[in-house]
Parts: sequence; C-alpha cells; structure tokens
Amino acid sequence: MDTVTRRRFLVASGVTAGGLLAAGGAFALADILGTAGDRDPSARTLVLVTLYGGNDGLNTLIPYADPAYAKARPALAYDAAQVLHLDDQFGLNPAMAGMHRAYQDGKLAVVRGVGYPKPDRSHFRSMDIWQTGRPDHPETTGWLGRWLDAAGGDPRLAVSFEPVLPPLLAGAHSAGATVPGGEVKLPATVTAAQLTALGQADPAEPAARQRAAACFADLTRIQDLMHDVAAAGETDPDDEPAATATGGAAQPLEQQLALVAKCVEAGAATRVYSVSLGGFDLHADEKTAQESQLTKLDKPVAAFADRMSRTEAGRNVVVAVYSEFGRRVAANASDGTDHGTASSMFLLGQGIKGGLYGEPPSLTDLDQGDLKYTTDFRDVYATLLADVLGSDPAPILNDWKGKLTGPIPA
Amino acid sequence: MVAHVLRRLTFGPTAAEVDAAVRDGLPATVDRILAPAAPVVFPSLPDDKSGQQDAVAWWLGQMAAHGGNAAEKLTFFWHGHWATSVRKVRSAGLMLTQQKTFRTYGSGPTGPLVRAMLRDPALIVWLDGQKNTGKAPNENLARESMELFTLGVGHYTEDDVKAAARVLTGWQVDRTAGTSRLAPRRHATGPVTLLGRTGPLDVDGYADLLVRHPQHVPFLASRVWLRYGGGGEAPASLAAAGNAVPAMLRALALDPSFPRTAGQLVKQPVEWVAGAVRQLGVDPARARKPLQAGLRALGQVPFRPPSVGGWPAGEAWLTTAACQARLRTGQALAALATAKTQELAEAAESDRLDALARLLVVDAWTGRTAAVLRPVAKDPRRLLAIGLATPEYTVC
Repeated sequence: MDTVTRRRFLVASGVTAGGLLAAGGAFALADILGTAGDRDPSARTLVLVTLYGGNDGLNTLIPYADPAYAKARPALAYDAAQVLHLDDQFGLNPAMAGMHRAYQDGKLAVVRGVGYPKPDRSHFRSMDIWQTGRPDHPETTGWLGRWLDAAGGDPRLAVSFEPVLPPLLAGAHSAGATVPGGEVKLPATVTAAQLTALGQADPAEPAARQRAAACFADLTRIQDLMHDVAAAGETDPDDEPAATATGGAAQPLEQQLALVAKCVEAGAATRVYSVSLGGFDLHADEKTAQESQLTKLDKPVAAFADRMSRTEAGRNVVVAVYSEFGRRVAANASDGTDHGTASSMFLLGQGIKGGLYGEPPSLTDLDQGDLKYTTDFRDVYATLLADVLGSDPAPILNDWKGKLTGPIPA
Repeated sequence: MVAHVLRRLTFGPTAAEVDAAVRDGLPATVDRILAPAAPVVFPSLPDDKSGQQDAVAWWLGQMAAHGGNAAEKLTFFWHGHWATSVRKVRSAGLMLTQQKTFRTYGSGPTGPLVRAMLRDPALIVWLDGQKNTGKAPNENLARESMELFTLGVGHYTEDDVKAAARVLTGWQVDRTAGTSRLAPRRHATGPVTLLGRTGPLDVDGYADLLVRHPQHVPFLASRVWLRYGGGGEAPASLAAAGNAVPAMLRALALDPSFPRTAGQLVKQPVEWVAGAVRQLGVDPARARKPLQAGLRALGQVPFRPPSVGGWPAGEAWLTTAACQARLRTGQALAALATAKTQELAEAAESDRLDALARLLVVDAWTGRTAAVLRPVAKDPRRLLAIGLATPEYTVC
C-alpha cells in the first residue's frame, strides 16, 4: 500500500473497525493492528501540555519594563536583571532557561493575553471552558474529542498518558486512548479473542454499558501501538509530586513526554498527545514554588523539543502549553496570587516561527483586578486544528471564525 | 428492583443481602440500610507514608465489614464531596479526623456538618486556610466552600468570595494535636456584605448562611444524584426531602423513576473494588497489595482525590487503562476468593453463568458477554475474573 492509501485505511478503520468487529469480527484483528505505524510522514503531531491549577502568567512571561508590574506585586516581582530577556519589554521566568534557548533559536512562539469573554475564576469551570472550547455554553465533549470524531474516531489517534481520560479527549462518538505507563499489561489468561468479543456493544444496552464494551475493542487497537514502547514502570504513589488542591498528572511530565517521544519516533499513527503537569495553584509563598513548578515544565519540555529536532517525525511535532487561567495582577498578602484571567500560551517546535504574538494586556486597565484578554483562546485552537492537524476548525469550534496567524507556517 | 437500590446505596451487595431484601420488601430494606451506623473505632496511625497506606487499608476494611449499610458508602460520598488529599495534608491522622466528622455529622442535616468542616484541620491545610489572615486574605477555602461544597458555581459573586475569605481569616492548625483554633490577632473583624446580608459574621454564621441559601439543597441533590443516580437531572423528590443526605437517598430509592436508571451508572473504582471484595468474601487485609495497586491503576486511591473538585464521574472511568486494570485486579481478587470459586465449581457447568450473575448481583448477561463467559465456565476462577471486568458488572 502506498502512504496515502494506508492513511485513508487507517482513518477509515476508525469508522468501520468497531462496526465490523461488532458484526462478528469479519475484519481480522491483525488487519487493524497492522495499521499502527502507518501515517502520512508529512503530517504534523500536536502535543498539548495542560498546566493544572492556574499558572501565574505574569511571572512566566514577565513584563519587567512596565513599572506597574513591580508596583502590583513588590515581593513577587522579578527585576530586569533576573529575567531571561526576550526583548526590551518582556522576559521569561529565570526557571525557563530551556524555553529561552528555544526562543533564541526562533522555535518558541509566545501568545500573549490569551483568554475568553466573561472569565470564570473557578478552576473547574475555567478548565472545562478550555477543555471543551466553549466559554458560552456547558458542553460535554472536548475540543480534541470533537476533532477525533471528525477524524474517524480511532482512539489511537489521540493518546493520553494519564489514568483518567482528560475531558478534552472525550468526543461525542469516540474517545482518545489512555495509556498510563505506556504499555498494555493483561493477565496471561485473557485472550485477544475475548477482548474482541467483549468489545461488541449490544445496541439494546444503555449507552454507558456500550461504552464499557467499546473499551475492550479500543484495547485491542492500542495493544499493538504500544507494543514497541518500553515500559515506564508503575509509579509508586510516594514518588508522585506533592499535590495542590487543583489536580495534575499521575506521573511526572518527564515520563509522559518520554513516552510521547518513543511513540513519535516509532512512527505511531497518533496525531494528538495530551500530557499534563499539576501544582500551579499557588495562593501562598508563590515565588520559589512557581520557579520549582516552571523547572518541572521547562526541563522536560526543552529536552523533548531537542530530542524531537533530531528526527523527521519529531520535526513535525508542535508542543502547545496552556493553563486554565492566569492569576491576579496584585499579589495577596501571603506572597501568593489569587485566581485571575488571561495568560500566555506557548507554542514550541521545529515548525514554529518563533516570536511574540498577540497584544500584551494592560497592567493598569483591569477588569476587577485582572487582565483583559486580547486573544481568544479559540483563535489559537483554530490555528492548531488547521495548521497542525489539517482539519477545518469551524465545525469543531462551533463555527468560530477567528484564527491566530503567523506562528505555524505551512 | 430492590437489587438495584442495594447496588446504588451500598457496597456490593452480596447475594445474601439481596435475598434478605427481597424477603423484606423495598420499604423495610430501605429503612434497614439507612439506619444509623454503629460508631467506628479509629486507629492511631503514624504520620508518615506507611500511616497513609495503613489508613487506606483500614478504610477498605471498614467498607468490607460494614459496606451493607448505606452509611459506609455515604462516608465515601462525603470524602469525594469535600475532596481533600493527604498528598498536601501529609497526615493520616488529620485525614481520619476529617473522616470522623463525616461519620459523626454526615447522616444528619448539613448545618452541623458545614460548621464542623469549615474548622476541619485537614481542609484548612488543604485550602490554605491557615494562610488566610486579616492582613493577607487568601480566597482559596472561601471560594471552594461556596462553589464546590454548598452552593455550586454561579450562585455567588466575586465580592462574596472576598467577603467569605475575610470571615474565614485567622484559623490555625496544630498538626501535633490535630486541632484547629481561631487566632484573634490574625482574624479580621467588622461587618461584611455576604450573599446579600450585611453585618458582622463568624464562621458558624457563615455556615448557616450557606446551608439556608435557596441553592444549597438543590445543589446537594444534584451531587447526590450524580453519585447515586446517574446522568441527567435529579428527580424533584431529592431536593424536596430537605437538607439531610439520608433523606435524599430514601427519596431516591423510592422514586418511581429510579428503576429506569438501571445500567447507567459507572461504578467508581472504590465502589467496584469494595463491592467485589464483599461479594467474593475476600479478606481485604490479605488482598492489601493487589487492592491498593488496583485502585492506583484505576485512578482512585482513597484520601488522594486528584483535586478539590473530587473524582470524575461516569464515562471518564471507562478508559482502556481502567479496562486493563479491572482485568488484572479481577484476576487477583478471584485468586483469593477460594470459597466462592468452590461454590461456583459445585454448580453444574451449564448453571455457572447464572451462579456468577447471582454472586455478582448482575441482573442478566448480554448475549455478547455470555458468549465470552460460557467457554471459560469450566474454570471458575477465570470465569469470576472476567465476570468482574464485564460491562454488566462495571456499569450498574
């Protein structure tokens, strides 16, 4: 099969494989497994990094030259000598040396002032808004889940290395695969034939039971995908990073990205990887803690980007980093910050045209003490959908028309 | 029908409990399982990592021993509602002190519970309450007390959050003693305008304001329905039952629409594990390692919710990862269920699918599942292991 035919086959298999399996396995399991590794070599891959807890954007991309910055948060502010300069106005947090290097290489785009209308300061509601892509209306599907629906629904196309499915990967008809530890481990007594048979949803069953059955079918399909990816081992709970009250990933970002790297290098069919890092909800004693958090982000992401630059598949990878909101401009008196609004997004990869994008929000013209957003996050999503995933953003983003231009040239 | 009520309100149930319930009928069964539970003796645990794991093992033991009462599952409901993680609290003792509050006040009206929780040491540590002072307000506990614990998002303003933070200033936790106290010098006094009322307010006054708010009971009813009922709107009978959760559970169990929810609620991992342990007659102390590994792989370790928002519900638990974990844990549990595998072995091979359904309190196997189970019926242990992973068992 030539590449295009195989790619079509893979996409088609997402639509039809379940049905054919349900019809009695006329489609041999090996046929489906055989598609793993097949993809259009020029297709790009999105690695979405979710920072849970609300990362303080003003101490990440620092407007060090604006006097209003130091004035609003004297004990938390960095001065011009401390920040990693991007230009004569903005610099990165000193803990972000790796991303600073990427910026100097022209491979890091920073989108400023990203947010949405009528900002919600609840972690959960705001993260819902970011993950569903709908600020105006409660929504049960995630934006990348809807992309997966449109791309045929094969769970191997969208993979998370977390134990619980992040809402952003839940579609209306399909859901991304969750592969914590990056391997499929089944008892020796469980056979592939049993998984295939249990994977047949009974149309008379309630929807949740049909979904439970579909998990078995999905399992057979990811089994081979992960076959060549070495086991990362189960994480001991004691090795987990300390929690803050707003959640985060099950295993360190470094391990999650190592699994992504292996899959990318193995030529896996996956187009979207979701990884995450928690612990950004720093209401108190923030400065040192945020530096430590940003180190946990910067080091693995920069190492991943370096590694990706060394292979053809890796050069097609775009990393996007976001959090559910930034934090208040003014510090609270426990040397932390309370929940805020607009913040920066970061786009990183060999295909990125580096630089600063979007208008920086004013530090003095505020909305209840918070920044006013200048770029709607759906503009950035539209760019990722169109320029990384090659999809039409409009049906996925509820007919959203905006798009951020520039950071991802064809 | 009565089996459906037991599946939702208790951990399990066991086949014997279903038999007793069928004999007694629904109203008497509901009375019995909702009867107040006997007081629990809490262990004294070291404040290190081993103590945290001992606490999980102890709680699983309680669920196994007393899971036939609604009170035991209700304790888990409250833990998920006031979701507090030992990963930040770093003390098994404080987590158990919090659980004692759930067990003491969780079966009554919510007023005393909210009063107690707003001064709960573990919750204060978890949500930076001790950092919240008159000089330096910290909104964390104030916001979540309204958004997640009593009213729900959208029923308060940002100004209410600021005012509530002020009311909650000054609480300090003594980790060694396991207590909290109000430090007057750190506390902001003076009148506040909060939820439409202006005047001086203390923590109990704030708790009362929350539970008397018209949105409190509907919010709580929606949370109860999410965990016990399933998708969609809660029937009106829940909120009509008032502000005590056992009364809501009684209304739910007796609501004419409740039987139609069968087969729609995805078991949370703890419910899946605790129910299986009870039905299989497994000694949780002997199964400590596979149980804790299973819960970890399934993504729900007690005392370690992922965030203050608690664990997800519904289809979020239906992942390929969880599917594998159920197959693995099911096998480990089946290997320890010597007496029950023996019982299955004593049934004729052709009767074993029915015997398995009875043991696991599954109403019926689909043709799909029966076709998978039938060939392994000759090996009762394998039959049991796969039975625990089936869609019919996973979604109740």
